[in-house]
Amino acid sequence: MSVEEPPVVAGERRLHVLTPLRRAWVPIAATVGVVAQQGDRVAEWASGLSHLLQALAMAALVVVFGTYGFLSWWFTHYAVTDSELRIRTGLLFRRTAHIRLDRIQAVDVTRPLLARLAGVAKLRLDVIGTEDKDELAFLDERDAVALRAELLARAAGFAPAEAVAVGEAPERELLRVGPRDLALSLLLTLSVWAALAGGLVAPVVVWWLSANPWAAAVTLLPILGGVWAGTAGRFLAEYDWTVAESPDGLRLDHGLLDRAHETVPPGRVQTVKLVEPLLWRRRGLVRVELAVAGSKNEVLVPVASRAAAQAVITRVLPGADLAALEFSPSPRAGSRWVVPVWWKGYALAVSDEVFAARHGRLCRRTEIVPHAKVQSVRLTQGPWQRARGVADVSVDTGANGTVTARLRPTPEATTLLHTQSTRSRTSRATSRPDRWMT
Amino acid sequence: METGTNGWTGRAQWVGLPGGLLRLRRLLLVIWTTLLTLGTALVLGLTAGPGWAAFGALWLAVLAWGWVLLGRNWRSWKYAERADDLLISRGVLWQEQTVVPYGRMQLVEVTSGPLERRFGLASVQLHTAAAATDAKIPGLVPAEAERLRDRLTELGEARSAGL
Repeated sequence: MSVEEPPVVAGERRLHVLTPLRRAWVPIAATVGVVAQQGDRVAEWASGLSHLLQALAMAALVVVFGTYGFLSWWFTHYAVTDSELRIRTGLLFRRTAHIRLDRIQAVDVTRPLLARLAGVAKLRLDVIGTEDKDELAFLDERDAVALRAELLARAAGFAPAEAVAVGEAPERELLRVGPRDLALSLLLTLSVWAALAGGLVAPVVVWWLSANPWAAAVTLLPILGGVWAGTAGRFLAEYDWTVAESPDGLRLDHGLLDRAHETVPPGRVQTVKLVEPLLWRRRGLVRVELAVAGSKNEVLVPVASRAAAQAVITRVLPGADLAALEFSPSPRAGSRWVVPVWWKGYALAVSDEVFAARHGRLCRRTEIVPHAKVQSVRLTQGPWQRARGVADVSVDTGANGTVTARLRPTPEATTLLHTQSTRSRTSRATSRPDRWMT
Repeated sequence: METGTNGWTGRAQWVGLPGGLLRLRRLLLVIWTTLLTLGTALVLGLTAGPGWAAFGALWLAVLAWGWVLLGRNWRSWKYAERADDLLISRGVLWQEQTVVPYGRMQLVEVTSGPLERRFGLASVQLHTAAAATDAKIPGLVPAEAERLRDRLTELGEARSAGL
């Protein structure tokens, strides 16, 4: 039985010639891992061989992996057609990914450290359902940027001939986070200090109890890893964070060693989340996170003043005015006994454009969903909540997120359930089309 | 784009579930508790003495309790088709009401397992772009399930809104 060959599209291209090196790395790393784990036995086996045989074995390994890398590169093609990006891969198991351009949720160009040295970049299209292997790694840096511009132009609704000529849309910088602000914000994060304190105390306790320094070291490692990810790792990833605006949507540039460049077209943001840790609030600092369906990008602004964050959010959610949102807290009488202490953090605000729910007392989180992105609305009420006359209202969004307004008075919650579904239905009619330049 | 009527979409016409689901669940309950009663009585009677076998009757209390609970749970399930959205309400102690606008529906699924088929039952499940949406109506008569599926698909197409 033969599988029908997909028609070869004119203008199919291959990835950058350095790609085989990267593909060959995976099996080499796997082999090294196996050898390291079974070190003794491999050494025993190898010592039994002559030098010539050892050299031959090494050469054979290199040839095999090199061939694998070369073949996987040779059989990977990509092409841009009128309506989709097509990626054809596989020697034995053929796989063709058709990525529809009008469904693009975001476009990322990333340049890991080694790739930067080699002058290549990765390009990834975020569409719901794409997998990690659907990224184009690697392309020449200039090609990647040109391809991104072309894809965005086509997705925006320009004709194919125009799309190539349009080039990169002009951008205007909205916000830039300096390294000092970023470092300061990380130092002001309590959870990092708590983890550090725990990281220092836990191994000592373990050592004291077990009298085994190795056990202590083992407990220390994951905690140190967490502290690293929360401080230095975040600093490296969020260094020189730039938010810019262009007709193609928001552009986010960031990274010290690995540079990343993300583009989120207009109308793709499902949820915006404001995070205000305890120590940030007095300084009026906020972190803004966003959720886009099918995308891994999470951060919109790592740290900024409230006013600056507001300016960026207005670009993402047109019409959402944070200052005008009037949050109404959960009723004291009902909530006090359902969620003691923490109930004070709960609040809800509904405007003509957005549904905003707030929670958390130490670290305050405000989640904002535009009505047009609400997929379904739910009201839940447990027996204890019913006795106290409160209920929870949740709205589900397409980015697999749920925003819950907790502990609303029952009559308000019932009304909200219906008005919210009406709003989410009608506000979609006025939102922008998927092809945003049409 | 057609988005249906604006504003309030009228009073909900609630529809309950047909009796088949309750019969199926109660039958399963009776079968399981009877088996457990016999099993417990046999094990205890053979190992500890004939008097202990009476403890098997505890399962009968479970049966009576479960019989009532199943009835209450079954009565709590209801749904309403309004002009622009579907309402599903369920739960006795933990109550939940879900509203799904027709335009947000991505696919409608009708499923029927082997036991359900024997009892002439089918479930309708609605999927939106949000995975958290759990809009499922179990234990419908197949004809009603198909009618609902067709109507929902039709309305979903007319009011399609996407992400």
